Parts: sequence; structure tokens; C-alpha cells
Amino acid sequence: MTRRVPISGVVWLSIGVLYLLVPLLATLLFSLQSGANHSLSLGAYGDVVRDSQFWKTLRLSFVLSLETILVSLLLLVPTAYWVHLRLRRIKPLVEFLSILPFVVPAIILIIGLLQLYNGTIHAPLWFLEKPYTFLVTAYVVLAFPYVYRSLDAGFRAIDVQTLTEASLSLGASWRTTLVRVILPNIRAAALSAAFLTLAIVMGEFTIASLALFQTFPTYINYINQTRTYEAAALSLVSFGITWAAMLGLLLFSRAPGRRAAQVGGTR
Amino acid sequence: MLVGAFKDDSGNFTTANISEILHEEQYVHAFRTSIEISLVTAVLGGLLGLLIAYAAFSPGMPGAVRPVLSTFSGVAANFAGVPLAFAFIATLGTLGVVTKFMRDHLGFNPYDHGFSLFTFWGVVVVYMYFQIPLMILVIAPAIDGLRIEWREAASNLGATSFQYWRRVGVPVLLPSILGATVLLFGNAFSAYATAYALTGGSVNLVPLIIGQQIGGDVLSNPHLGQALAFGMIVVISISMTLYAVLQRRASRWTK
Repeated sequence: MTRRVPISGVVWLSIGVLYLLVPLLATLLFSLQSGANHSLSLGAYGDVVRDSQFWKTLRLSFVLSLETILVSLLLLVPTAYWVHLRLRRIKPLVEFLSILPFVVPAIILIIGLLQLYNGTIHAPLWFLEKPYTFLVTAYVVLAFPYVYRSLDAGFRAIDVQTLTEASLSLGASWRTTLVRVILPNIRAAALSAAFLTLAIVMGEFTIASLALFQTFPTYINYINQTRTYEAAALSLVSFGITWAAMLGLLLFSRAPGRRAAQVGGTR
Repeated sequence: MLVGAFKDDSGNFTTANISEILHEEQYVHAFRTSIEISLVTAVLGGLLGLLIAYAAFSPGMPGAVRPVLSTFSGVAANFAGVPLAFAFIATLGTLGVVTKFMRDHLGFNPYDHGFSLFTFWGVVVVYMYFQIPLMILVIAPAIDGLRIEWREAASNLGATSFQYWRRVGVPVLLPSILGATVLLFGNAFSAYATAYALTGGSVNLVPLIIGQQIGGDVLSNPHLGQALAFGMIVVISISMTLYAVLQRRASRWTK
């Protein structure tokens, strides 16, 4: 039996596609109007590429993403492994913890962190003044639910118990088991966690701006207020980065963990 | 932070911060506006997202529609904050491409008819850009859960399309739809960057006020900021509890 495509379905789908595409097309047109008298020109992109601040903040955000990914995976891969292997009892607790950052949005997280560092434990200045320490700590917390959920889905898809017992009984050490048996099996999940984290950190504005750091999103905001056409060009660059991260997520991480791909924490 | 919400400048316990929020017109108003914007975008975005998702995932659509829409929704749901705000300024701002088009070719300038991107409804339009795709992503598994056999069984037993939706489709989907709408509410309620970049504070929203309180200007009062944040957590906790309850009901149908 062949079914007709319902007209109403086409209508709704077209509305959706228009809503999603028109702002992007408009931004593209806008970014190309920088010539004299709004003539077509790639000038805005040229100005962006020549701005050293652009490369500086882009590099900083990228390094912060990599650092956040590394720290998150180092912390959470062993944790998720151990939870699945030995501590199945505390699973509900960890799962509760992993939705907490959803409940506590970035704007609240930054208040808590400032209070903690300034009021409660008096963190040293070298920690507070460097994005590589202060921001990454915040971003690891922000990315925690996404990373943990991805990994959790990955661990769920493999038989942790049997793999571990087989490896140990063949004489492998715990480290060998983790690195050479478990890791290759959850590589897809770890990759999807990494791409999600990349998308989150490359777009994170709230914490960076309130903690007074100059990252890529705060740079875009600064340009927004000063130079119109460059801002349009930068918005598209930022969209391209999100697009690349999501595409990476789809291409490199098959089946397990893909359903964990949802929303980043950038709004 | 929870402790800080109940402290004054010298560290003594007080409920003054909380009661200031409850009595000061500006803060009550901010909570009301925040909740209104979140409700409007959750309901509108949820409805549109549902219709679009149902249209795209219903049998009969070409197979390529689904992966393309899911991927694009994944990107759009993640594309928010400063660049999103600017994309809409370039589209529907006073000199935006679409605004100009409407003015020059349709003879209708929305800014002459009470619309502005930098007001309540402007924020709604922009938030919809991440609310609709999020709804599509969240509701997709539930729509998949509607088995084609149920529909066939219903029509074999003589049910009309309306009866099918009234007795089978809507009751099965309802918990998922409500759950997703609550999620969308929380999503809009906690948004900061988009509203900040778009309005700079001309729309009175709780996250923006918190930002001002800790932004280091002269008027800032960190304890007041913490008390406002406490209020936000209360609202989000209520909606998340609701979400968990609805999720449990919804999971009966999706295996």
C-alpha cells in the first residue's frame, strides 16, 4: 500500500524549514552587504580574518574545549566504568547528580562558583585569574550531564562484567583492562561526549562574560555592539562551528550514545 | 549559594533577601515576565515542534526527510546565545533583511505596527528558534512509539480518524507532550546569553537581573543575586519534578 504525503504535513514541514533557514540566509545576506552602498562584498569576512582578536579568542575557546573534554573524560570514564562494574547500587544517585546541572543553569552556576571561591575557600589568585583553571572547572560541571549520559549509554551497550572478568582472568592488570579492553569499546560514546562538549564550550557566553574572560562568544558580543557586518559574519562562523561539532557527533559516533545527543548549555 | 541567599553583608542569617524579592515590584515583575516568556515559548514552540515532527516522521514522507530534520534540529537546538540573537537582528531588526523586504516589497513595516525585536514578543520569536528544534528532538521517540498497527486496528474496527486521535493517539502521546513542554519551559527560563545579547536588559528577566547583581557594578548586591538564583532554582525544581513524573507515565508506551 502506498500512502499519499498529506498536504498538511508538507505545509507544517515547510513552515518549520522556513523558520530555521530564513534567519541563516538573512544573516548571510547581511554579512555580504559591507561594500559601499550595500553592494555585495566579502569585506566583512576579510576584516574578521585580519582581526588578531578573532584568532586569539577562537584559539582560547578551542583550547578550553579540548581541556574540558580531556578533564571530563579522565574523570568520568573511570567513574562510569566503576559505577557499571561494582557500584550498581549508587546508579540512581549518580543519575540524579547528572541531571543537577540541567536544574542549575549557567547563570546560577557562576554565582555558586564565585561565592565558593571568594567567600568559602579563598581560592588562590593564579587559579582565579586564568581561564585555563577557572573556566575549565566551570565547564566540566556544565558538560557533566552530557558527558556522563553519553558514556552511560556506551557502557550500557557493552557487557562490562564479562569483559572485565575475561581480561583479568587472562592476567591483565586493571590499567590494561581499562585502556585496552574497555576504552576501545566505548570509543564511540566518548567521541560523542567530546563533540557535545566542544559545541557547548565554543558557544558558552554566560559564565565567561560574568567572570570577565575574553572568549570567542564574548568577542562576538563585543563585535555585535560595534561592527554590524562583521557581527553577521561571526554569527555564521559560530553557526558553522556548531554545525561541524554536530556533524562530527553523527559521523564518528554510531549507535550507542547517539540518543544522548540533545542540547548544549549555551543559551 | 543556597546559604548565601539567607545571609546579609556581615554574614548573619536573614530572610531579608528573600522577602525583598517578594515585595520589590521590579523582582516580582521579572519573575512574572520570565515565567510568561517561558510559558508562551514552551506552548507555542511545543505545538509547532509537534506538528512539524509529526509531519516529518509520519509514514509517507520520503525517507531522507527524517535524518536531515533531526540533524538540523540538533544543530539549531544548540545554536543559541549571542550569535542567535545577532542572526535575528540581521533578519528582523530595524534594518534586518526580512524587515526591509516587507517594508519595500509588501508595503508593511512591522515596526510601524507595534512589533519590535527588543520587546517581549521579539524575545519570544528568537527563543522559538531553539524551542521548536528541541521539541522535535524530544518528541521524536514518542511519535515513533505510535505503532502503525494501532491505527490499522482502529480503522479495522470502524473508527474514524478523529476517533482514533481522540481515543488512542492523543492519550498515548499526551504525557510525552506535556513532559517535553515542561522541559522547554525550563530551557527558556534559564536562558541568559540570548536575551542579554538581544535586549541588553530592556526586557526584565530574572537571569538578566542576576547578571546585573553579580556584574560588579556599584549597585550590585551578591546576596540579592543569590536570593534571586534561589527563586529560580525553586521554579526549575518544580518543573523538573513535574517532568520526572510525566516521563515515568510516558515511558509506559515507549520501549
